[in-house]
Amino acid sequence: MKLSKNEKLALYERMLTVRAFEEKAGELFKQNLIPGFIHLSIGEEASSVGTCSALRPDDYVASTHRGHGHLIAKGADTARMFAELLARRVGYCKGKGGSMHIADFSLGILGANGVVGGGFPITVGAGLSIKLRKTDQVAVVFFGDGAANRGTFHEAANMAAAFKLPVLFVCENNFYASTTPSSHTLAGGSVAERAKGYGMPGVAVDGNDLLAVRQAVEEAVARARKGEGPSIVENQTYRYRGHFEGDPQKYRTSDEIESHKGKKDPIARFKAHLAKSAGLTASKDEEIRARVASLIEDSVRFAMEAPLPRPEEALEDLYVNA
Amino acid sequence: MTTREISCSSAVMEALTEEMERDPAVFVIGEDLTAQGGIFGQFTGLPERFPGRIIDAPISETAIVGAGVGAALTGMRPLVDMHFADFVTTAMDEIVNQMAKIRYMFGGQASVPMVLWAPDGGGLRAAAHHSQCLESWFVHTPGLKVVSPSEPADVKGLLKAALRDDDPVIFFQHKRLFAQKGPVPEGEYVIPIGKAEVKRPGRDISIITYSRMTYLSLEAAKILSEKGIEAEVIDLRTLKPLDFPLIAESVKKTYRAMVVHEACLTGGFGAEIAARIGEELFDWLDAPVTRIGAKDVPMPFNPAMEDFVMPQTKDIVEGALRLIGRDGGLK
Ligand SMILES: Cc1ncc(C[n+]2csc(CCOP(=O)(O)OP(=O)(O)O)c2C)c(N)n1
Ligand SMILES: [Mg+2]
Repeated sequence: MKLSKNEKLALYERMLTVRAFEEKAGELFKQNLIPGFIHLSIGEEASSVGTCSALRPDDYVASTHRGHGHLIAKGADTARMFAELLARRVGYCKGKGGSMHIADFSLGILGANGVVGGGFPITVGAGLSIKLRKTDQVAVVFFGDGAANRGTFHEAANMAAAFKLPVLFVCENNFYASTTPSSHTLAGGSVAERAKGYGMPGVAVDGNDLLAVRQAVEEAVARARKGEGPSIVENQTYRYRGHFEGDPQKYRTSDEIESHKGKKDPIARFKAHLAKSAGLTASKDEEIRARVASLIEDSVRFAMEAPLPRPEEALEDLYVNA
Repeated sequence: MTTREISCSSAVMEALTEEMERDPAVFVIGEDLTAQGGIFGQFTGLPERFPGRIIDAPISETAIVGAGVGAALTGMRPLVDMHFADFVTTAMDEIVNQMAKIRYMFGGQASVPMVLWAPDGGGLRAAAHHSQCLESWFVHTPGLKVVSPSEPADVKGLLKAALRDDDPVIFFQHKRLFAQKGPVPEGEYVIPIGKAEVKRPGRDISIITYSRMTYLSLEAAKILSEKGIEAEVIDLRTLKPLDFPLIAESVKKTYRAMVVHEACLTGGFGAEIAARIGEELFDWLDAPVTRIGAKDVPMPFNPAMEDFVMPQTKDIVEGALRLIGRDGGLK
């Protein structure tokens, strides 16, 4: 893995963008401006950004209910994302999807999913299509530790491995599935180890270390592009916010949450690395943060000022040929 | 019998508490049940009261529902919590090919006494994967009983009946009714499965409905009453077996029938009721049976779009006025 100083700074900026986007989304939700539910990935930014940084624009990604980071990391427009969260016509899904179903298919994103584990088989299908079309793209499915217990995970892993498909299973292990700690439900205790049963490589990495994630994903992607089949990369991380915004979080203590912040924070860690290795100064850092802040501010303004769809537009987009 | 005002989620809690006290074979399995009392607070207090009998499962709906079937076959009476009714899709084989068919297929040797408890419905701005009303899939599957109550008292009485029933019951409960309060009798209160109820008597039109649409139909009936039209509102409570005698009794009095449900119109349960009224009560009708249901699209996220797709009180009022207008109005 060779990353230039500027590439590293760009990844740092991406992580900051994901965090700023989600902090703002949390605020808007609190102000009752965002309808429905939102699930934030604050604290998990190294996983989404590190993973997508190893992909090409023509690679595919299937996202989850906690997917804002995946989209931004794959290059989505934060203005159209806010517009979708705010149910506007110019939102990515014309206001039909919302946070849980947000996607930009032009960037190879095959959908976020309200059904946990819904993305596994679809990603296998993308991998099969890549093989049939004889390209060297790869297809990545993001999933949680909880989703690793769905049958779809096991069926997809088996089929991807049996067919040697260019698929990458990226687990974002935050050690909880909603209110349930994975220690209670994840037999064997490790997602990465499950790879063994399917004869594919599986590796667990410190998912708050951007470079470790990048390295692991880069290797798995290289393997897939060469036609050597799928892999599992398990990014071990932690979510700072509730399962959804408004979650009372009776299942963990605030001490536990705080213990994952500060020095363990993925952005703080990469910043410290950049200060040492890429000459990130306080003023450069401020310049980057100011750029991110103004991007988010402009994006929210765009979305807030954008018109709402007419209710009758609910009847559009069902079929190609109605 | 003492009666108090409690919510639908308290009614679930009460029915379960009483049945778990009564029968050690009853247990609950599903996702996220213990830490916060279930996602709708409906299991609050139960994990402490019945240690080991409220089971947090992995996100493995296929295994959860299948485990319910296996436990029911071997002496237990599980209530399986589907989390959201939408996720039945991830356990359709267990529900449709196993749970529903085992008794019949094996010539009546076995029974599957279990309840599949499924919070359904829209209006929470939760979009296409968390808002559906899927009852007609299951009404179409022989071997299942399907319940979909509205009021808290019916929730309690029917849940107790479902837990005592020796056949599999799918128990739909509308998410927007969890906080809905109503009078509920304390202690033993069982409503037989298969019995509808007239929630408001009327002479001019029969509104046949269930679940949350019962409340909207009652609101519509009030508005219609101001216009001199007295609607009878029938809450089916159980969809299968269907209480057709009660429907017939009402239609023979009003000569007009309208079915109202939140599920989308095409292929919805309203079509079945309309067909039966047409076949069996044709001579009593002054107008064709009308149906009100959601528009035939997945649930959109945008609130105004969602409200447009779902039936509203004004749609029920307009439907009734159209129906009555057909035969030149009331005599
Ligand atoms: C099939 C299915 N079952 C249950 C749910 C409800 N649900 C939504 S998110 C979630 C927890 C997911 O946990 P995990 O996969 O670890 O992802 P995380 O939320 O931690 O990112 C659950 C149970 C769902 N959406 N789909
Ligand atoms: Mg998780």
